[in-house]
Amino acid sequence: MEKFDAIVVGAGPAGATAAYLLAKAGMQVIVIERGETPGSKNVSGALLFSQVYSEIFPKFWESAPLERAIVGHAITFLGEQTSVNLDYRDLDEGHVPHNAYSVLRARFDPWMAQQAEDAGAMLMPGFTVDKLLQENGRVVGIEAGGDALMADVVVVAEGTRSGLLKEAGLRTDEYHASDVSIGVKDVIALPEDVITNRFQCLNADEGVAYTCVGHTGGVEGGGFLYTNKDTLSVGVVAKIDAVYKSKLQPHAILNEFKAHPFISRLIAGGEIVEYSAQAIHRGGVHLIGQLYGDGYVVVGSAARLLLNNVMTLRGMDVAVASAAAAAKAILAAREMGDYSHTALAGYEQNFKATNVYKDMVTFKDTYPLLENERLFHVYPELAGAVLGDMFTVGAKPSKKGLKALRDDMRGKVSLWQMLMDMNQIGKGLVR
Amino acid sequence: MKIVACIKYSLTLSELKVDPATRELRLATTPQRVGTIDRNVLEAAVVLKPEGSTVHGLTLAPAGAREAFREAIAMGLDDLTIVDSTNWAAGGPMATAAVLAAAIQKMGDVDLVVCGEASDDGVTYQVPPRLAERLGWPLLAYARNIALAGATLTADRDLDIGMQSVACDLPLVLTVTQETNTPRRPTLMDAVKAKKKPVVVWQPEADLGLSAEALQAAGGVTRIAQEGIVIARKEQLFQGDDMKALANQLLDALLAEHVVAE
Repeated sequence: MEKFDAIVVGAGPAGATAAYLLAKAGMQVIVIERGETPGSKNVSGALLFSQVYSEIFPKFWESAPLERAIVGHAITFLGEQTSVNLDYRDLDEGHVPHNAYSVLRARFDPWMAQQAEDAGAMLMPGFTVDKLLQENGRVVGIEAGGDALMADVVVVAEGTRSGLLKEAGLRTDEYHASDVSIGVKDVIALPEDVITNRFQCLNADEGVAYTCVGHTGGVEGGGFLYTNKDTLSVGVVAKIDAVYKSKLQPHAILNEFKAHPFISRLIAGGEIVEYSAQAIHRGGVHLIGQLYGDGYVVVGSAARLLLNNVMTLRGMDVAVASAAAAAKAILAAREMGDYSHTALAGYEQNFKATNVYKDMVTFKDTYPLLENERLFHVYPELAGAVLGDMFTVGAKPSKKGLKALRDDMRGKVSLWQMLMDMNQIGKGLVR
Repeated sequence: MKIVACIKYSLTLSELKVDPATRELRLATTPQRVGTIDRNVLEAAVVLKPEGSTVHGLTLAPAGAREAFREAIAMGLDDLTIVDSTNWAAGGPMATAAVLAAAIQKMGDVDLVVCGEASDDGVTYQVPPRLAERLGWPLLAYARNIALAGATLTADRDLDIGMQSVACDLPLVLTVTQETNTPRRPTLMDAVKAKKKPVVVWQPEADLGLSAEALQAAGGVTRIAQEGIVIARKEQLFQGDDMKALANQLLDALLAEHVVAE
């Protein structure tokens, strides 16, 4: 029977990072990926934040297939016929790496997997791991299509729909429908120069990222629009219980978002070249799953490691950071020749020392915001109405801001309610 | 015995798109893979393989595509030879046959060559007969129920008019159809073992002595004209609750378009 030092299940950012670091340290690593190629089975924004990547893959921006450097971030509130846009641009052109890059996962994930292969890991795409093999309560390998493979340690990096641990009876931490969102995304093709001009970029290497609140079919969720080289990634992430309650099909929510005049003019003339949808965990420090046990570690989305702070939804860099923390613990365990849960406990300590984890703690109070319906239905509309009142010179006398706000709030939200919400927003995002 | 399985890195036709304005085929953005028929080729070669024999894969493909052959190797090849087409100037079935023949001769002592009846993308049906001609071997095309006894191969040829049972002495060129067999799905262990199988890359000129001029002389073509068809959908939608009325509307529309006759 074939035996490896480590088996990595899944060749996404988490799996590829773990495989890369373990192989680089001289371990015999096999990566088993369900898709025909890495990146073919996931749904992702996909916005890559540079910091964590550059720590693991120095100067990755020189060789990785990136789309555009994100030089502008915007938060946009969409009312029925209005948009209020908070647009941030970093106008310093020279510095690399940029804070974030847009990527297409079908191109980027193979590059990451290639780094692992170049370091000596064996990549096996096109095979689905059916179960974890256990001996005396300890994970000792995997089974795929009837073939068994053994290893000292198994890295579970199978992504958001991770089912291996549950099947093995190792997952004790159940989650609820309210912890799950559904992401739907179109990739829309437009000529490179049209994108550059439409989004006011200097050239085809620059791009922007929009996060949108409101106009998502009355369902709590948010929209996003990222610029790639010659495509746009446009999608909606919505609470799955709210989607269920609304009786709307997920693609109908995306269509409504795309039909909003603010979005429709940004995607005008484009051709849909890809559609995808996937259920994702909402993330958050309170929902982190089990990270390790006897003979195994869980990294990335499989351990529900995601960070949503309304402004950004981070999955990839959280995945990479967790995989790096796990790899460090595995290498320490190898020194001791012991892969028990006590030996692998270092993973949790390592992860808790990362900035990614600290960010998760920082934004832990953001999560109640995602439950607040008014944030999605009332305030985007209200913001548009108030600014509309202030900018419009009409038949009626003009009002100052507060008066306009009080008038526009009438019947929608009480002042008390709004102050409470402001406090919640403040707690989640500001202080 | 030495068996060669000729396989093709083909365009995935289901993904082929036509530029609506120019009617050009968007070949550059069409994904490529080892063809569907080539899986039947590999299956036939691997099943036929007698004890102590070897099965060698042979393909004309860009050397950069070697990863795409992983599954083909895992199906049971002992090794794979890629004749690098990265700087391929000439094209067409005549040139392909010339390259494959030269490679098979260089491999030496080959007893049996297995090909698909036609490739997934080119579908010319020309390469196997031209290859047999160049090698000076018999061609046994559209084979089913293939069996090997010593140096004699028997098979049923699947012809339009019926089945023809034949026996033929090796060496020969055999072609298979999608009905010939059901290709196996390699297991994870097959794939792990395939990782250790050698992949050899030959250059047409340096390794096979085939210069661009030689291929031109062999009948290579430098330009293939092809134009896509654009179908404008009418996208008529009949809506309502009265199914009978809707059916009548549909029928009227089909009659007006002469799709059905009165």
